Amino acid sequence: MQFDKPATTNPIDRLKVVGKPIHRIDGELKTTGRAIYAYEWHDPNMRYAYGYPVGSAIAKGHVTSIDSVAANNAPGVLGVVTTLDVGDLQKGKLNTAKLFGGSEIQHYHQAVAVVVAETFEQARAAAHLVQVEYAPEKGRFDLRVELVNAGAPDPSTEPESSAGDFQTAFAAAPVTLDAEYTTPDQSHSMMEPHASIAAWNGDEVTIWTSSQMIDWWRTDLATTLGVDKEKVHLMSPFIGGGFGGKLFLRADAVLAAFAAKSVGRPVKVALPRPMMMNNTTHRPATIQRIRIGAEKDGRITAIAHESWSGDLLGGGPETAVMQTRLLYAGANRMTAMKLAVLDLPEGNAMRAPGEAPGLMALEIAIDEMAETLGMDPIAFRITNDTQVDPENPERPFSQRDLIGCLKLGATKFGWDEREKPATRREGDWMIGIGVAAAFRNNLVMPSGARVKLDRNGVVTVETDMTDIGTGSYTIIAQTAAEMMGVAMDKVAVHLGDSRFPVSAGSGGQFGANSATSGVYAACVKLREAVASKLGFNSADVVFDNGEARSGNRVIALAEAAGEDGLVGEDTMEWGDLTKTHQQSTFGAHFVEVGVDIATGETRIRRMLAVCAAGRILNPITARSQVIGAMTMGAGGALSEELAVDTRHGFFVNHDLAGYEVPVHADIPHQEVIFMDETDPYSSPMKAKGIGELGLCGVSAAIANAIYNATGVRVRHYPITLDKLIGGLPEVA
Amino acid sequence: MRSFSYERATSIEAALQAAARNVDARFIAGGTNLLDLMKLEIEKPSHLIDVNGLGLDTIEKSPEGGLRIGALVRNTDLAADETVRRDYGLLSRALVAGASGQLRNKATTAGNLLQRTRCPYFYDPNQACNKRQPGSGCSAFGGVTRQLGVIGVSEACLATQPSDMAVAMRALDAVVETRGASGAKRSIPIGDFHRLPGDTPHIETELEPGELITGVVLPPPVGGKQIYRKVRDRASYAFALVSVGAVIHPDGSGQVAVGGVAHKPWRVEDAETELSKGARAMSAVLMEGARPTEQNKFKISLVERTLEAVLKEARE
Repeated sequence: MQFDKPATTNPIDRLKVVGKPIHRIDGELKTTGRAIYAYEWHDPNMRYAYGYPVGSAIAKGHVTSIDSVAANNAPGVLGVVTTLDVGDLQKGKLNTAKLFGGSEIQHYHQAVAVVVAETFEQARAAAHLVQVEYAPEKGRFDLRVELVNAGAPDPSTEPESSAGDFQTAFAAAPVTLDAEYTTPDQSHSMMEPHASIAAWNGDEVTIWTSSQMIDWWRTDLATTLGVDKEKVHLMSPFIGGGFGGKLFLRADAVLAAFAAKSVGRPVKVALPRPMMMNNTTHRPATIQRIRIGAEKDGRITAIAHESWSGDLLGGGPETAVMQTRLLYAGANRMTAMKLAVLDLPEGNAMRAPGEAPGLMALEIAIDEMAETLGMDPIAFRITNDTQVDPENPERPFSQRDLIGCLKLGATKFGWDEREKPATRREGDWMIGIGVAAAFRNNLVMPSGARVKLDRNGVVTVETDMTDIGTGSYTIIAQTAAEMMGVAMDKVAVHLGDSRFPVSAGSGGQFGANSATSGVYAACVKLREAVASKLGFNSADVVFDNGEARSGNRVIALAEAAGEDGLVGEDTMEWGDLTKTHQQSTFGAHFVEVGVDIATGETRIRRMLAVCAAGRILNPITARSQVIGAMTMGAGGALSEELAVDTRHGFFVNHDLAGYEVPVHADIPHQEVIFMDETDPYSSPMKAKGIGELGLCGVSAAIANAIYNATGVRVRHYPITLDKLIGGLPEVA
Repeated sequence: MRSFSYERATSIEAALQAAARNVDARFIAGGTNLLDLMKLEIEKPSHLIDVNGLGLDTIEKSPEGGLRIGALVRNTDLAADETVRRDYGLLSRALVAGASGQLRNKATTAGNLLQRTRCPYFYDPNQACNKRQPGSGCSAFGGVTRQLGVIGVSEACLATQPSDMAVAMRALDAVVETRGASGAKRSIPIGDFHRLPGDTPHIETELEPGELITGVVLPPPVGGKQIYRKVRDRASYAFALVSVGAVIHPDGSGQVAVGGVAHKPWRVEDAETELSKGARAMSAVLMEGARPTEQNKFKISLVERTLEAVLKEARE
């Protein structure tokens, strides 16, 4: 099905199931421990062996030799496969750093060997016996130092944009801001580590893994193994979080495949937690410069956003300027991204790539500008709202209710109680509130599904879509139930298997809208098949209550399916509505913090997100996405930073003791409000993404609340107490 | 983790004898730190002597009117003990500021004293560390040091001792009781128990090889306001950037120990004579000779500010 005209009324609009607060259909499996994650697959007929990876001890250079004799001789060891043994491998096209094979070391903890043994403990013990010799080379590890060498990224990343004459307008503006902001490298640090089991059967391999994107992994794994894609079977039905860290093929799958081939047994490989931060990908650090010029009445006349980031050779920039192209009005504008080569681990997508770090900077800048202008920060944002793409004013937004989010949030949160910076006190706590706009583009991806109707009237959906904790199972079931007119308990959903039609997968907050649209398309095919079999005119058939009705004829779906059942399969493809209309999601984050006047410790007191993101398919799972994102934003604002050792080129705090994500005690109170809207330009579902919007702007709202509490403006994340105490009142 | 042999000791004497037989042996109680380090092969004992069966898990009045805490009393039980809560509130507060409920259920009094540094370079076997491998160098020196020590440090080691409990015990003048390899009893004042790194940061305590901690004795209750203030980047489950454990008496005198700054709980008795003049005066003496890095020099003012907050709380 091609979606190339705005949606009109369709069966989803009945909203008998879609849009309802339905609990996860896989929730019971998860809460009772019966959802099987990658490493836990256990077929009693298989004799699993265990692989333990060895990571490079240097960041750049070559492996000159690997002595695995002692490891091979250790108790229980079945074999050792080294990067030198397998030689150079074809890299998957979506990976920047190679995952395994050959002598070149591109980053710290790059996999150099995998030790396979009868038990996990034996493999781990023997892994420490592998002796690797290196020829290290000097690397580039410090973004600040490498700025002078930063150049334009690949043109496909659209590194520059402009409209009007920024320089002249900025120079002429009566009120200006010119400031630098920085965001650190961040780690996905999802709960479930990267893990895979590989089992070969002749020249075919089955991989149980933890992947957000089944087809991307399958394609790149086939490339790396040098086998035909049809010979690779990938399964990933349950995933313990990804946040972008499982978008692209990872070393655990490659190591498991080589290890299994080598020892002739199925092999399990998980990345140990201390290896995850440097072996996999991360959100790259940015240095951002923002300039804003405005009239005294608050209208922005000039806005520029530049961002510098680093990556391995061949990598891409953190696209931190993207939202600035679209969020606020202003006739004269420019954005630019520069990319430096760094020999740190691969930088790549982490939840809301671009917008998350971009808004961390931009939304502080907007707060600063409002203060300089003497305006309320909400009024300043409303003044500069735009209903068209400001770089291309002929392109309207399909839907844009930023103003509604700001106004409703202000009322609900009690924004008018906000006081001047550093005035509100409760005991030793300095109290402040802050706001930031949320913005994230709405992306769509082609997405396929197969829907079967059987003789019991059960509708079964099969798609390689993944559920990374987001609720895909549930919203897909809701979509199929709505389309086929059956109850939720008559729908089964099977996900994450490469034998199923290729879907959007989970990423870029495109999963929910794209994948349910794919199911919609397949259900349209199934409805046609039912109508055709019953001799109904398909346009007239009503699917409801487990029956197909046409005129006065009513046939149960079970009967319609017959002994052989019926199948509908299709892929939703997207026309050019995203070109004619800018599709984005909007929101407003409100945060209240307390800052300890003595120690500078910031503790969040309450958070509110108001989101305008099209139709909300399920308010429970959508809320869960947003509160999780707000929590991630709290970590980004207050504690999360991969600390770079710029001498040796690695992230030093590479475990969950050193990389501090928020704990329960950090998140006392969260509220989420969804604006009641639909976007017919987005899809037949009229839904948009929500999972990344919830993160966008949160950290800046916290930063702005800290400023309101203390009067200390911190432009460098994370906002830890050492950056505050110098500006706090004397206590002694 | 390397293969190791394991035995359960049934008496103190048997434990000591087992340790004497094997210089690579370690005593294990809660195992909350030791097992993590063994998995990373930072600790590589060939033999573990499980001391959980030795008794040593009671809290009782000492003949001097203080409290004897058995080496194997769990952190949770110690923090919840009625006498501790009433007479040694500082200790109870420090304990619950540390780790998580699950860890405190396992962790023991002696094990807590012996937990090793959380310096990230110590935890990464690819990096040079004089604690892990004497003489290999300190890769933290010149590296990422925000969490690390600011006083009593050496060029060989910037690590801190991470225990909250030990800070409270230092302020309370606890005494560590041990049995040596020969069976001899020894009492080590807590201030002498942990060492500064000097040139031998791998030697962290005064314990001799094979020496076993049997308990910790607290002197008779000293009263006063007992406050433990732990400063950290997140609200729970994080090691202290700085912590202050204090007993403040109505006349303004008191005892103060500081965590998160040194290779041992940091206390300078001479500085306490400055207490009545306020946090700044006391901190100046307490932190005299500090050698912070650019990344952790904030700890100097943080100690002063936190101490001031503690003194203010004591006055309220």
